[in-house]
Amino acid sequence: MKKKAFTTLLSLALMGGLVLGGCSSSGKSEDSSKSNSDKTVVKMMHLWPEGSAKAQYTIVDDIIKTYEKEHPDIDIQTEILANEQYKEKIKVLSASNELPDIGITWAAGYMKPFVEGNMFTPLDDIAQEDKFVAGTLDAFSVDEKPYALPLELNIAPVYYNKEIFKKYDLEVPKTYDEFLKVVKTLADKGVTPITLGNKDRWTGSMWYMYLADRIGGPETLNKAINRTGSFEDPALVKAAEEISKLVDMDAFVKGFNGLSNDEAKGYFMNEQAAMYIMGTWELPNYTTSPDVDQKFKDKVGYFKFPTYEGGKGNIDSFVGGPGVALFVSEQSKVKDEAKEFVSYLVEEWGKRSVVEAGVIPATTVDTTGSDLAQMYIDILNDLGKATNITLYADVQMSAGVADVHLNQIQALFGGQSSPKEFTKKQEEALASEK
Amino acid sequence: MKNVMSNKFVITLYTLPALLLILVLIYIPITLSGYYGLMDWDGIGEMKFIGLENYVTLVQDKVFWTSTWHSFQLAIFSAASLLLYLGISLVLASKIKGSDLLRKIYLIPMLLSSVAIAQLWMKIFDPNNGMANKLLEMFGMENTPLWLADPNIALYSIFIPVIWQYAGFYILIYYAALKNVPDEVIEAAKIDGANALQIAFRIKLPLISGVFKVTIMLAVVGSLKYFDLIYVMTGGGPNGASEVMASYMYKEAFKLNNFGYGSAIGFGLLVICLVMTWLTSKLTKSNDDVQF
Repeated sequence: MKKKAFTTLLSLALMGGLVLGGCSSSGKSEDSSKSNSDKTVVKMMHLWPEGSAKAQYTIVDDIIKTYEKEHPDIDIQTEILANEQYKEKIKVLSASNELPDIGITWAAGYMKPFVEGNMFTPLDDIAQEDKFVAGTLDAFSVDEKPYALPLELNIAPVYYNKEIFKKYDLEVPKTYDEFLKVVKTLADKGVTPITLGNKDRWTGSMWYMYLADRIGGPETLNKAINRTGSFEDPALVKAAEEISKLVDMDAFVKGFNGLSNDEAKGYFMNEQAAMYIMGTWELPNYTTSPDVDQKFKDKVGYFKFPTYEGGKGNIDSFVGGPGVALFVSEQSKVKDEAKEFVSYLVEEWGKRSVVEAGVIPATTVDTTGSDLAQMYIDILNDLGKATNITLYADVQMSAGVADVHLNQIQALFGGQSSPKEFTKKQEEALASEK
Repeated sequence: MKNVMSNKFVITLYTLPALLLILVLIYIPITLSGYYGLMDWDGIGEMKFIGLENYVTLVQDKVFWTSTWHSFQLAIFSAASLLLYLGISLVLASKIKGSDLLRKIYLIPMLLSSVAIAQLWMKIFDPNNGMANKLLEMFGMENTPLWLADPNIALYSIFIPVIWQYAGFYILIYYAALKNVPDEVIEAAKIDGANALQIAFRIKLPLISGVFKVTIMLAVVGSLKYFDLIYVMTGGGPNGASEVMASYMYKEAFKLNNFGYGSAIGFGLLVICLVMTWLTSKLTKSNDDVQF
């Protein structure tokens, strides 16, 4: 009993430490607000602490300093928290109506409760649609109005190992039939064609989304999710059938349903698998990261998901999604100033984020004259030409439906759900939500 | 001293800290979680009172009952593996060579954290490069199992590290109990001509039956609320094939933001655990407790 009491005491002391730590950091930011009473104060919260995200921190810090120089009457005060704490704090602040003037949000499903609760102000007056990559603004729009301006963008190309392709005389596939031939050749030779960590489920969802896009066009899946269409659309069933076909061909690494994405990535990095679909956040591993052997980096290439014969989608449509975006609070007393700074920040960020932080911005990038790695330049060029970006299905859906979708993805890949059941279950989940 | 201890005020004072702690850390949270179970609450916004709706859903929820069945399978399995641990302790407690070293070896898994064990076994179960399948291939097996990826065996694959994880703990308990059996009794039996098996079954086991009952209870209740290895190794997947009650509760409350329903599951878990505790103690109760 004594020991137990002692441990309890210790843990209480630890908890106390946490609470006190939380107090001190918020106390600091309040102190600094008093000193500049003659200036207009714009409060901003972001999630790139100097310690863990130095590149992003420096960019934002520089932009703020330049902006303040150009606008001497504005004082921008930042409060910085790391990702998880940031999410927590934003929830608490919004519950007590104390959101900062400018802050960071995530897309669709995450943002929706805030917009519905009237926390964010619409930014349609400052959003210049032509500056953003097609589709990115939509992810932050409710009823056609953007409520946040995106800063980051990730798309998912198919990475492949050039050496394995060369060894078996394979060409980069342009059509789905060619792709199936590649898969078959590799599988026959005993090489794992595709690595996939489907324990995490959203990974398999990317494959399904690409097939749905190539067969039914970008609208079909989106419509099924926003309830102007049905998930039992023939194109969506067809896409599920193609997935089952791939599984039957042994296209995916053995035991994919039990592998996490990180484990699956290992197969690609160790050259045990020829192809891998993943977001462009993987790019540093194939270009700049000092931890990866240069020999391996030289072997990695990427291609766009091939077109499906008779399908409605084209090759320049991508599955992907914007990362974080900037919002302006509805409660803010300095809305106009905040909006002006947001549009300035988004523009400047777009110019610098790839080169300095390896983060692809949601605004179109001019790559001429920069010394970026070739793969970045190629991806950015493809992005500039992108006709559409379909936001990850599980991000578009509400948490409950997303869970059904993700479970069904696992069941479809694992053969427990037939393509018909797969679409039916999701249709039911989507229909019962409204 | 006697005077102090008979003073009601002092007794209250001395037990107060412990009482407060147990109230604040255990009983109040339990009551609260039962109360939250009556709410429609996403964990952030406002709570809405919906009466017993969550509990009605819970009783009809197929996923919940499947996870309950999985938890019970684990409970039955853990209780059965106690016999294995008991056998090992009987061997270790008889004075064989190297029993000291062996005992320490069995204890090692207990010193590892659950997450480390999970990571270790995930590597072993890797379907292509893992130790388990490499061994099976060495013996010429061709269609090696998918372990955690196969919904038919994922749950049972996790049972293996669970036995391994708790071996040290139960062996230690049994070992200590067996060492407590007085030598005189055993010597007397030997003089009467009993062999080693007879000593084990007729003398040692009856004498430690009290300890055995306690371990059954520990194993059953521990299994019913089991969470850690399952959460790290499969997260309840693939497609819910290895979901247990605790992992289902976690998923509903924290992943799907249904705090109200998650609390209801937690409360259901509590009720099931209480019933099972009562049942096991009832079933293992006997009046002939041996004194020595």
